[in-house]
Amino acid sequence: MIATNQHIDEILIPILEKVSDPEIPVLSIMDMGVVRSAQLINGIAEVSITPTYSGCPAMDVIGDDITKALKESGYDSKVKLILVPAWTTDWITERGRSALREYGIAPPLNPDADKDALLGDKRIVKCTNCNSTNTKLVSQFGSTACKALFKCEDCLEPFDYFKCLK
Amino acid sequence: MKTNLYNYILELADNCLIAGQRLGELCGHGPSLETDIACTNISLDLFGQTRSYFQYAAEIKGKDATEDSIAFLRTEREYKNILLVEQPNRDFAYTIARQYLFDVFHLLLLEKLQFSQDLTLSAIAKKSIKEVSYHVRFTGDWIKRLGDGTEISHEKMQTAIDGLWIYTNELFEVTEEAKELAEEGIAVDVSTLKEAYYEKVTALLEEGTLTVPESKYFQKGGKAGIHTEHMGYLLSDMQYMQRTYPNMKW
Repeated sequence: MIATNQHIDEILIPILEKVSDPEIPVLSIMDMGVVRSAQLINGIAEVSITPTYSGCPAMDVIGDDITKALKESGYDSKVKLILVPAWTTDWITERGRSALREYGIAPPLNPDADKDALLGDKRIVKCTNCNSTNTKLVSQFGSTACKALFKCEDCLEPFDYFKCLK
Repeated sequence: MKTNLYNYILELADNCLIAGQRLGELCGHGPSLETDIACTNISLDLFGQTRSYFQYAAEIKGKDATEDSIAFLRTEREYKNILLVEQPNRDFAYTIARQYLFDVFHLLLLEKLQFSQDLTLSAIAKKSIKEVSYHVRFTGDWIKRLGDGTEISHEKMQTAIDGLWIYTNELFEVTEEAKELAEEGIAVDVSTLKEAYYEKVTALLEEGTLTVPESKYFQKGGKAGIHTEHMGYLLSDMQYMQRTYPNMKW
C-alpha cells in the first residue's frame, strides 16, 4: 500500500506529512500518495509529486506548500511534477482512508465494486454520516474531479464518494 | 526544433483545449446542477491534459515559449483541432453529442498512444485514459437517456447527431506529420481507429433508439487550420485576457 514511500528520505517524512491537500485539509499528501520520491541531494531536497487528476488545480498549491514547509525546516528544495507511473487510488494509505471517512468523503472501493456503484446502481457505498449502505448515486461527477456525489436514503444526507482511479 | 513532433503535439492538444473550452462555457449555465458540474469537471480534465501536452511542446519549441503562449497567443489558422470540437453548444443535446462523438475517438486514440515510443506522450496517454473512460461513460449514458427518453428529447438528440455527423470523418484524417511519426512508432495512425469507432458509436446510438445518419458528405479542414465560422468567436472569448492584458499572470 505504501509503495510511495520507498524513495523518501526518513528525515523528510515528518515535514512532508505536515503538508495537506488544500481541498481535503485532513489528508496529508503522504497519505494521499502523491509524493513519489523525496531525497536530500547536496543539501537540497528534491521532491517528485504526481497529480491525482491531470487538471487537479491543487497541484500548484501543493508544490508551493512543499517548498514552504521545507524552507521552514531549513531546506532549499526543488519540486518536480511527474506523470509516470500514473497515480492510482490504491496509493491512498489506510490512515488516509479513515481521514477521508471522518471528513465526510467515502473512500474508494475496489475497481469492480466501484463500477457496480457508479454504473450498476448497486447500493454498496457506505454513508459517511450513518454507515448505512442504502445510498444512491446522484451524479458521477462531484465537487471536484476526483469525487462522485451520493445521497443516503436512510439519513438523507448527501455525501462525496472518492472515485476509484486505477 | 523537432517540427514534426511539435505539430503533432498541437494536433493532440488542441482537440482537448477546444473541447474543454466549449464545455467550460457551461459553467453556471448547465441544465441542472449535476450536469453543469459534470461538464465542467470533464472540461477541467481536458485542460489538465492540454497543459501536459503544451508544457512538452514549449520545451521542444524552446526560446520564450510557454504553455500559456501556445494556448493563448496563436492565430486561428495555427490551431489544429478538428472541426467537431469547436461546434457550439446549441442545446444540451448538441453539447452531449459533440462530446460523445469526440470521447469515443479520444479513448481509442489514447489506448494506442500509451504505447508510443515517445515516453512523455505515452505518460500523458496513460494518465488521460483513466479520466477519459469516465467521460465516455457520462456522455454515452446521456445519449441513451435522451435518445430513449421522451419524443422531444429523442428528436433533439437525433437532430444533434445528424448535425454533427459530417464532422466525424475528419477524426481519421492522417496529417503528414502524424504519418511520418507513426512510422517511427511515435504517433498513432488514426485511420486504423475508424472501423472500431463507427462500430462503437453505431451500437450505442441503436441502443438509444437513434438512427445512424447515412451522410456521404463529410466536412474537414481543422487539422490544416481551416476552421468553421464558430472558431473565431471561441478564440476571441478564450484569448480575451491575454490579448487585453498581455503577459498577465494569475
